[in-house]
Amino acid sequence: MENVIVVNNLTKKFGHFTAVDNISFEVKKGEIFGFLGANGAGKTTVIRMLCGLSRPSAGNATVAGFDIRHQSEKIKANIGYMSQKFSLYEDLKVWENIKLFAGIYGMKKKDIALKTDILLEELGFQDEKQTLVSALPLGWKQKLAFSVAIFHNPKVVFLDEPTGGVDPVVRRQFWELIYKTAEKGITVFVTTHYMDEAEYCDRVSIMVDGRIEALETPKALKEKFASNSIDDIFYQLARNAKRTDD
Amino acid sequence: MKEFLTFTKKEFIHIFRDTWTMMIILVLPLVMMVLFGYAVTTEIGNTNIGVLDYSKDEITKSIINRIQESEYFTLSNSFNSYQEIEPSFKASENSLVIVFGENFSENLLHLKKADIQIIADGSDPNSARTLVSYASNIIGTTLKDLNKAPVSSYEITPELKLLYNPLMKSSYNFVPGVMGFIIILVCAMMTSISIVREKEKGTMELLLASPTKPIIIIVSKVIPYFIIALINIITIFIVSYFIMGVPINGSLFWISTLCILYILVSLSLGILISTVADTQLMALVISAIILLMPSMLLSGMLFDIGSMPLILQGIAQAMPAKWFISAIRKLMIMGVDVRYVWSEFLALIIMLTVIIGISLRTFKKRME
Repeated sequence: MENVIVVNNLTKKFGHFTAVDNISFEVKKGEIFGFLGANGAGKTTVIRMLCGLSRPSAGNATVAGFDIRHQSEKIKANIGYMSQKFSLYEDLKVWENIKLFAGIYGMKKKDIALKTDILLEELGFQDEKQTLVSALPLGWKQKLAFSVAIFHNPKVVFLDEPTGGVDPVVRRQFWELIYKTAEKGITVFVTTHYMDEAEYCDRVSIMVDGRIEALETPKALKEKFASNSIDDIFYQLARNAKRTDD
Repeated sequence: MKEFLTFTKKEFIHIFRDTWTMMIILVLPLVMMVLFGYAVTTEIGNTNIGVLDYSKDEITKSIINRIQESEYFTLSNSFNSYQEIEPSFKASENSLVIVFGENFSENLLHLKKADIQIIADGSDPNSARTLVSYASNIIGTTLKDLNKAPVSSYEITPELKLLYNPLMKSSYNFVPGVMGFIIILVCAMMTSISIVREKEKGTMELLLASPTKPIIIIVSKVIPYFIIALINIITIFIVSYFIMGVPINGSLFWISTLCILYILVSLSLGILISTVADTQLMALVISAIILLMPSMLLSGMLFDIGSMPLILQGIAQAMPAKWFISAIRKLMIMGVDVRYVWSEFLALIIMLTVIIGISLRTFKKRME
């Protein structure tokens, strides 16, 4: 399997503070890669660098075959991104949001119209096409935001804590969407706080104080730490953390 | 170009769907025009005046008649003694009292000197000064017309002649002021709030992670406010020219250039504020305290800059509104050639360059 993300000795410093400390890993095509870590461990900083939103202080990485230092624009055209905050335009209608972001990623009008109807049907949102996003329940918004992030068929989609504040039923549905996406060959790079979600990932990495302390399949991780819950393993690793918060 | 239009259209939708934004950008300018035009007026009209006439001869009578006929004064009180005057001020029955001494005509004819006293309410010094000068003007012209003016005293009575604004219409003053204020409001405050809103809601992050160049994101966010500011300016011009009778004496080309330059300065201020502020509230507070209030108070719109304390005069120089208002007054009302406003143009151009420079640097730093 080809690697979609390759990270080599990536480091990010803010003044004297080393937010990301010399990390390396690879992510394969179509993989669901869980990126765990406590608050302030440096997860968001890594995602921001991989998306071309922030420049690394040292080291390098490629995403979808493009260099994050010099080809950030090509990377941006080939990824989808869903940030921590729910972020679609609340004062735009459902179809207007889809059309806006699809247009930004250079999709053709005809394709957008066609795909919008398919998407809304898949999500069961047919009746909400003309609804303002602000009128949707939070869980629906999250699903819509995710669908918009993969609407232009990117090679990788970065999800930064996509299920924060959502009830278990919707989280379950959300993960079904993630599986479907991975089946299409889109690589999913996801950070989460919920350890049960880590079990759904193909591989998980655990970040502590800017370094990656563990990177295995959930099964191998449990064997290695002789524990049957990722939650325990995470706690074992994270309690040594010096940083407490962002 | 295509994504440019997409973004601009989206921005217009944000504006049209937000009732408060619509109110501020469309209704507020008209409200301000009406307020300043008809309510907060510094003109004198229908002022009540009282008279205490110890002579009651034909000259005093004709002076009183003239005063009564003038559009500025209405005779409300005729006093019989000096003691009645102060209570009348306290009861707000009149804002001005004229007292004629005894034997006014005779003294004037024989002694070439007669006593006249004008009493005004000094608690409002600005209007008191104006009222006194109006009243003395009327007295002077009446005496001159009656040809009774004593050579020695009344020939040197200064006759007031106000260039460019002979009727002392305050609209000549406030129209440039309202323009200066509205543009700062729409371009600096509304723009900064709308950019910061995207930061706060997280959509800015989404846009930055897309292939769209940051410069296109910002410029397309700003364009709708540019267009709205133009519409506001044109509305103000139309209302002031056709309804309030404010003249447009200078070259339309240079007036438009000036307005566009000032709009650009204000927009760049909005962008600068948005790079500094993290929340909409912060953007609102910064624009209100650093821009709106000084633009209102220190721009020369309400108070004369020359008579302010030095430190305030210094702050006033840093206000784009001050330079704009000064230039638009000269161009529009005095109708001067553009070479007389080069310093205003230069100041605005320097401000534009500096502000854009700082915003670019702050923006890049944030990206690092």
